[in-house]
Amino acid sequence: MDAKRYSPRTLILEILAILLGLLFLVPFYFVIVNSMKTFGELLRNTASLPEAFYFGNYLKVWEIMKFPAVFMNSLIITVCSNIGLVLISSMAAYRMVRHPSKWNNLLFACFVAAMVIPFQSIMIPLVKVASSVGLLGSVWGLVICYFGFGVSLNLFLYHGFIKSIPREIEESAVVDGTTPFGVFWRIVFPLLKPMTVTVVLLNSLWIWNDFLLPLLVLNNPYLRTIPLATYAFFGQYTKQWDLALAALVLGVLPIILFFLALQKHIIEGITAGSVKG
Amino acid sequence: MNGKTRLGNWALQWVFTGPALLFFAVVVVVPFLLSIYYSFTEWNGVSQDVKWAGISNFKYILTEDGGFRRSFWFTIRFTVTMVIFTNLLGFVLALLLTQGLKTRNVLRTVFFMPNVIGGLLLGFIWQFIFVKGFSTIGEKTGLGFFELPWLGDETTAFWALIIVSVWQGAGYLMIIYIAGLINIPKELTEAATIDGASRWQMLRNITLPLVMPSVTVCLFLAISWAFKMFDLNLSLTQGGPYGSTESVALNIYQEAFRNNRLGLGTAKALIFFLVVAAVSLIQVTITKRKEVEV
Repeated sequence: MDAKRYSPRTLILEILAILLGLLFLVPFYFVIVNSMKTFGELLRNTASLPEAFYFGNYLKVWEIMKFPAVFMNSLIITVCSNIGLVLISSMAAYRMVRHPSKWNNLLFACFVAAMVIPFQSIMIPLVKVASSVGLLGSVWGLVICYFGFGVSLNLFLYHGFIKSIPREIEESAVVDGTTPFGVFWRIVFPLLKPMTVTVVLLNSLWIWNDFLLPLLVLNNPYLRTIPLATYAFFGQYTKQWDLALAALVLGVLPIILFFLALQKHIIEGITAGSVKG
Repeated sequence: MNGKTRLGNWALQWVFTGPALLFFAVVVVVPFLLSIYYSFTEWNGVSQDVKWAGISNFKYILTEDGGFRRSFWFTIRFTVTMVIFTNLLGFVLALLLTQGLKTRNVLRTVFFMPNVIGGLLLGFIWQFIFVKGFSTIGEKTGLGFFELPWLGDETTAFWALIIVSVWQGAGYLMIIYIAGLINIPKELTEAATIDGASRWQMLRNITLPLVMPSVTVCLFLAISWAFKMFDLNLSLTQGGPYGSTESVALNIYQEAFRNNRLGLGTAKALIFFLVVAAVSLIQVTITKRKEVEV
């Protein structure tokens, strides 16, 4: 379609699309602009640009939210969950593809079927189970919960990808006397890289933004993630829009930057991840 | 096969699949099985005793619990509306961005951007837009639309949730529709143009049937987002005004963790699971049948 000439019709469509795009950005405009106003100015003129760029709100929120600590919590949880998920799901998927025994096929079917279970329908017993095995109130406990909830989709994606890798590559290594672990880690795992990128990006967006699971598992204010801290902040500073908006901008900024930096991969990952589903 | 390799094979099986299975079992399978048991009990979560209650939870939910019925009805209305609008907008955006526009890459980023922000923060952002932003636009332009009490009235609060979730979800579905549109073989559209088909005929008879696989995926995703809405609901309307926009997910949460009636909450959650599973299954079966092979 790129080959088509740039006709007047395309120009009209282009203008229409740009207007739609601007409409999509309006909420961001309101939030950013008003986060840099004093409370009085915010109430007086909500729509216009700030008279003077005022960063006081940000300084206050940075302190009140303990933003660096909260950011680190979110980061640690996202990174650890990702590492674990990549390891356990790629290994399991590899075994299931290369040894399709009855048991493994049944297991795979169970993992896939579990994807339809909404989180809310098992969260109540989950809290009970988590507390009895000591997963409540710790970062590790939360990370382990992410292992459990993420493994279905990750395993499914790796499973589809590994099926497309020819077996011959591994077989020649086996002849050379490499152990099964060696074959997996040195030969297969590097080949999985495109899918690993997809899996990590999809997991990161999900885990970074997740609210309900950390709310139930992390009952400790020091372990708050960004969504939890924002929620707590709003509970305390209702209607103090000057501070609240600065908190929102701070909360949204990391994930937006992450997206802008990696958008090509993220969009490819979504296409790859969903078309197979 | 001799003993040693069989043992080795057995060990390899567990080393490779064991960790995945263990975490999956503890976090998903055991809670799921327990949820079936707890549905038939009376349990407040604080004391250790869990009393067997037979089907009384289900009886209560189906006959007496007006709040649950209302949240269920709300969730259905919300799901139908949200699924239709998100898919329509996502598809229109995808069509627009496959017309050879110069700004298509920038616009793709812009349309997708709301999706990377979590529902909780989006809800708070839009709370500000509805409360302060809209009233300002209303004052400046005098348009009645913006001067409505957006979050304070049943009907407008419903539409507020729709607006935000469509804004959030359309970009994601757009990506999937774009992938589907790009895959349509050029020969087909060229042949149709030569045969003198109008744009509308092309859309109806060629484009739509050929993007059905994308439609299957997009409907599935949108249905599951809408049914499970929780974060956005909590931060934008808190289920209000007067519980009129309380989703099933929020209702389950409140029953279990605010009212401490965990047995009852679990029973609701089980019903919720059955409905979500049934609806997803039916939708996928129907739309799969409409897919055509090229």
